[in-house]
Amino acid sequence: MAKSEAIDTAHHDDHHDQPAKGIKRWLFATNHKDIGTMYLVFSLIMFFIGGAMAMVIRAELFQPGLQLVDPVFFNQMTTNHALIMIFGAVMPAFVGLANWMIPLQIGAPDMALPRMNNFSFWILPFAFTLMLSTLFVPGGMAAGGWTLYPPLSLQTGDGFPMLIFAIHMMGASSIMGAINVIVTIMNMRAPGMNLLKMPLFCWSWLITAYLLIAVMPVLAGAVTMLLTDHFFKTSFFNAAGGGDPVMFEHIFWFFGHPEVYIMILPAFGIISEILPTFARKPLFGATSMIYAIASIAFLSFIVWGHHMFADGMPVAAQLFYMMSTMLIAVPTGVKVFNWTATLWRGSLSFEPPMLFALAFLFLFSIGGFSGLMLAIVPADFQYNQTYFVVAHFHYVLVPGAIFGIMAGVYYWLPKWTGHMYSMGLAKTHFWLSAIFVNVLFFPQHFLGLAGMPRRIPDYAVQFTDWNMVSSIGGFGFGLSQILFAVVIIQCARGGKKATAEVWEGTHPTGLEWTLPSPAPYHSFSTAPHVE
Amino acid sequence: MSVIRGDNDDSTSWPTGFAWARALCLAALGLAPHAQANTSNGYNLPLGVTSLSRDIYALHMEVFWICVGIAVVVFGVMIYALVKFRRSQGAIPDTTLLHSTTVEIIWTVIPVVILVVMAIPAAKVILMMEDTRNSELSIRVTAYQWKWQYQYTDAGEGINFFSTLARDSNFARQLHSGIDPNTVPNYLLEVDKPMVIPSGTKVRLLLTSQDVIHAWWVPDFGAKRSAIPGFVNELWFRVDPGKEGIYRGQCAALCGRDHGFMPIVVDVRTPDDFKKWVDEQKAALKQAATPGAAPPRSAQVLSN
Repeated sequence: MAKSEAIDTAHHDDHHDQPAKGIKRWLFATNHKDIGTMYLVFSLIMFFIGGAMAMVIRAELFQPGLQLVDPVFFNQMTTNHALIMIFGAVMPAFVGLANWMIPLQIGAPDMALPRMNNFSFWILPFAFTLMLSTLFVPGGMAAGGWTLYPPLSLQTGDGFPMLIFAIHMMGASSIMGAINVIVTIMNMRAPGMNLLKMPLFCWSWLITAYLLIAVMPVLAGAVTMLLTDHFFKTSFFNAAGGGDPVMFEHIFWFFGHPEVYIMILPAFGIISEILPTFARKPLFGATSMIYAIASIAFLSFIVWGHHMFADGMPVAAQLFYMMSTMLIAVPTGVKVFNWTATLWRGSLSFEPPMLFALAFLFLFSIGGFSGLMLAIVPADFQYNQTYFVVAHFHYVLVPGAIFGIMAGVYYWLPKWTGHMYSMGLAKTHFWLSAIFVNVLFFPQHFLGLAGMPRRIPDYAVQFTDWNMVSSIGGFGFGLSQILFAVVIIQCARGGKKATAEVWEGTHPTGLEWTLPSPAPYHSFSTAPHVE
Repeated sequence: MSVIRGDNDDSTSWPTGFAWARALCLAALGLAPHAQANTSNGYNLPLGVTSLSRDIYALHMEVFWICVGIAVVVFGVMIYALVKFRRSQGAIPDTTLLHSTTVEIIWTVIPVVILVVMAIPAAKVILMMEDTRNSELSIRVTAYQWKWQYQYTDAGEGINFFSTLARDSNFARQLHSGIDPNTVPNYLLEVDKPMVIPSGTKVRLLLTSQDVIHAWWVPDFGAKRSAIPGFVNELWFRVDPGKEGIYRGQCAALCGRDHGFMPIVVDVRTPDDFKKWVDEQKAALKQAATPGAAPPRSAQVLSN
């Protein structure tokens, strides 16, 4: 792709050339880079809080019998671990990357709606403070699972309305973030950058943003109905009043399944940026990659029933959801094959972003295989609600979404800070993460198949060995993540100066590589021209 | 090694320090699915004791091996590329390799064909699973936080009891109980009163719940279904004659504090022994109905 010939460094009479001093810079931030940084830092903090909850879970499950926590607290940990990791860690991390990279990749001076951008970020700390503070109210945190199925979720104590309001705030934040992405991409691309020339990361985010706008209001509706069932004696989901608890599951998963793709599509985009860079050749089948993402997004709306096979469903519906779910394997397969073809006859080097991208390729595929197995309805009856499911979705979320995010951070961190980070430390972080994530989650396949239900604080003694292995992997994985924070902090403070292209021999698909490192506070004040 | 089903299989005692290592070796060698009749071996689905559980096992293994096959090919190509096309080995990138319609059509069509191959047998099993007609014994199963109620119909009409976690498991599972779970027989998988069914008989369960959503699951029967307030879900199974014994399962839907502590135990007897059990239960019920006699537990339940 052609590049802009020059970076506009000319002064104009805007007085925001330099960031404001102190706290005001962050409180009143309208600069996409500052807001992106805040999103990323926030998400890292949430990653450690959610991770600490996972450590409690794995510690209790280290051996049979209850040693550490009450079952209620255990359920609070599983529920809030999920809510925090999904809404607090993975989603804000992707929005942070979008904030930083979309304007830089498409040659825009900033996000289209900078004040809304500020608002959508600053909602989040309040939302999560509210959610976490439910730990200290009578009845404690929600303990009915992140899926909030009634009637169980209605047994939550005083924290219930706080959680619902927090979810509303998260949803509002996500919708505003999504609107910003769509408006920016649709209106602010540099002249000459038509949609098919646009980097894959922007494409994946554009489609993700539409998914967000489509489903976050559905979640808001579902939780509002829970709220009125709880406080205003409506009976949306109350069977005794003529309501339907299964309807909640349908509404929830109509949100929940696209949500799964909201958490993975931007990672697909990141991987599609990184593999060509370190294979030193362009992405194979770039256009079919875009069609594949769009197909996955469409299919994500018609497969939600596969979460509910065991809840009773007509045969026709079981067949429909089974086949539509299996169909997702086709565009996902196309993506994996295209990535493999990108490596083919390349010139590969193995810097940290590439290592994470390659681990993604292998381990996400394993999650895909178990997903395919779960689609087979009769077998799903055995897998459903067991550790097999836990293993499946952690494979797609941890070495999938999270490794995608880490790959993206390691890829663009020098562009953000202007410094190279410690390659040795980052590679150590990679190898520890890649090994421990498998020690952590692979045995959970065995546990599930052998019959261990999920969401239990204590188990029959025949499950002891694999649980011990899994817990050791969990502690190892958790501790390894401290290295991630160390690398980032070191890199922000200093280090070897990064070049504009950062990665030697790069094949940049976006315009971020035409800017110096660090990217100036205001970039592309004059639009570059793409030939 | 028995997992959920404990009593009829004492070939290996759990926990053994090396069991996981052995399992890991077997899994690494691709030997995971060796068939050990009727039980899970600790890392794979049980073959089970019903035609449905065997069909499920067959589907599971079919899809598993297809996935392994695909993984070998795809990961093989990836690993080959990672070894062969390293810059450190002087690989020169072929930047003309951008797109190939033929290849892309091939790798779209082949997965579709594989999926169809998987879907057809799966659809057949679905049709069989959902066919609850001509059942010979129906039992109403009602879930509560945190116990199961079994109400018999047909030949067992009138039999009605609750089934809760056995006392020794319940003592041991308390926080800081000081009791080693390994010393408790069938820890967390034992109840005070199991459901009793005859072998060789099509048993239909009618599942519902009185409070939150639960799920009834016995892996060896290939039977799992949610118990939902306001709904009656059906499931059926027929335990093979000759496979009488105790089968165990657990609630499979998060149902609150004691979700992990509401096991399911099914005592499968020969039809003759089942009939004897039914007669005993009915005699006890009749005695309970006699004025002046102390009511047995099941009758108390009825009068509530």
